[in-house]
Amino acid sequence: MTNFELLLREQAPQVLSALVRHYGHFDLAEEAVQEALLAAAQQWPEEGVPDNPRGWLIRVGSRRLTDLLRSESARRRREENAAQLAAPEEFVASGPEIDDPGGRDDTLTLLFLCCHPALSAASQIALTLRAVGGLSTAQIAAAFLVPESTMAQRISRAKRSIKQAGSTFEMPPEAERDERMGAVLHVLYLIFNEGYTASSGTSLHSAELTAEAIRLVRGVRKLRPDDGEVAGLLALMLLTDARRAARTGTDGALIPLAEQDRSKWDRAAVVEGEALVSDALSRTQLGPYQVQAAIAAVHDTAERADATDWRQIVALYDVLEQLVDNPMVKLNHAVAVGMAVGPQEGLAVLEPLASDDRMNHRLEAVRAHLLEMSGDLAAARESYLLAARRTTSVPERHYLQSKADRLA
Amino acid sequence: MLLIYSNAESWEGLSAEQREGLVQAHESLAQELTEQGLLVSAAGLADPITTRTVRVVDETATTTDGPYAEAKEHLAGFYLVECDDIDQAIGYAARLPDAEYMAVEVRPVMDMSGLEM
Repeated sequence: MTNFELLLREQAPQVLSALVRHYGHFDLAEEAVQEALLAAAQQWPEEGVPDNPRGWLIRVGSRRLTDLLRSESARRRREENAAQLAAPEEFVASGPEIDDPGGRDDTLTLLFLCCHPALSAASQIALTLRAVGGLSTAQIAAAFLVPESTMAQRISRAKRSIKQAGSTFEMPPEAERDERMGAVLHVLYLIFNEGYTASSGTSLHSAELTAEAIRLVRGVRKLRPDDGEVAGLLALMLLTDARRAARTGTDGALIPLAEQDRSKWDRAAVVEGEALVSDALSRTQLGPYQVQAAIAAVHDTAERADATDWRQIVALYDVLEQLVDNPMVKLNHAVAVGMAVGPQEGLAVLEPLASDDRMNHRLEAVRAHLLEMSGDLAAARESYLLAARRTTSVPERHYLQSKADRLA
Repeated sequence: MLLIYSNAESWEGLSAEQREGLVQAHESLAQELTEQGLLVSAAGLADPITTRTVRVVDETATTTDGPYAEAKEHLAGFYLVECDDIDQAIGYAARLPDAEYMAVEVRPVMDMSGLEM
């Protein structure tokens, strides 16, 4: 991403929140901001960046929004719609005075709005990337591998839903704030995962998504410096993303953690992530993102795979299971027990999970891994093959298939 | 991926009202999925009479008319929908009358992503 693009992306939520606070009409304001960003992208490279980029964007966005409101109210009058819209004369298309420098919390308000409970997760993600991240519909569509028209529909529907839910631009009441914060963090986590798990085929777009998620969490952290879960999520992302260069081979195949070339890990990201999670664990309320980050930190700080402190990881999974009821956590716990104590003990942890209908192919993959460790190669091969057939992920299928082939 | 199956008998056995209902059910589902931004693509396939089957034998492509003779039913159309899970996809498939007249198969699309193991 160029500095210029970064500048526009950083301004996007500030400009949008200034317009929404002043005029209301989240859906139209969002459209106006996109057009202002587009105008900037066309004009600034030639004419230079204005002294007050935000003021410039707000001015252009306001003008465009006023036009949109005029045509909207004209259309509504034609349709004799009962909905009351203020006459355009009531709007003062102004510039700097609506640019309230105290609007730092606006980004958070905007995130709360984009993660409104009335929206599906897919819509929350799309709207967050567009309204807060400042990505274009085309960029978001490319990152999620769907046609641009599909993504455009999703975004406009999300904006309509917010309008229908009657959400005005204000902080949700104190009672709802924690829950909404949880939704915001979850959406940012999903954006990160989408980028991180995407293949080399779209690596350009997917790297952009992880970078975007990290950038947005950094922004939230500035606003909520004492929130341990925000710090935990940022740490988790940094500690996970640190392994990016080592996790796929030249042929694009997945390389499991134990076999990665650790010299390729991003040391700076590991150091920052570990410092963040240590600080959060020592002075804030404990939460699942912090514990997951702590587990990632144990992996990332082991010099070699066989130097991993599995006992500590088992202890952390014990804590995590107290906090969340998640099948993936239970599976990873079984792996850790297998590594720390022995494969039979790991298989024993796995046993009661088979009846959990939230399990997918990963249960079989973990069982295969533990069976292989225990020396029962024939059963391990069967399990690998079954897991390979059950997965819907191409790289995972290749990986599991090759594990089975090695035992043939 | 929702795969709609049909065969000549099942189609010809429908009354005019049933065919009309089929068309309307498809239109309303397609419209709903489009509005929600979930529809990636959809198409109805032309009559199997227009099918060509291609096989490469000894590096030479040979084309024969028609589908596999032994196939009792043919693929009549498909929807590619972005769903959160298989249950949501099954819900959409069940809304198509084709599921009543013949069958609609629901199959996940393989994606290029995978978690680290």
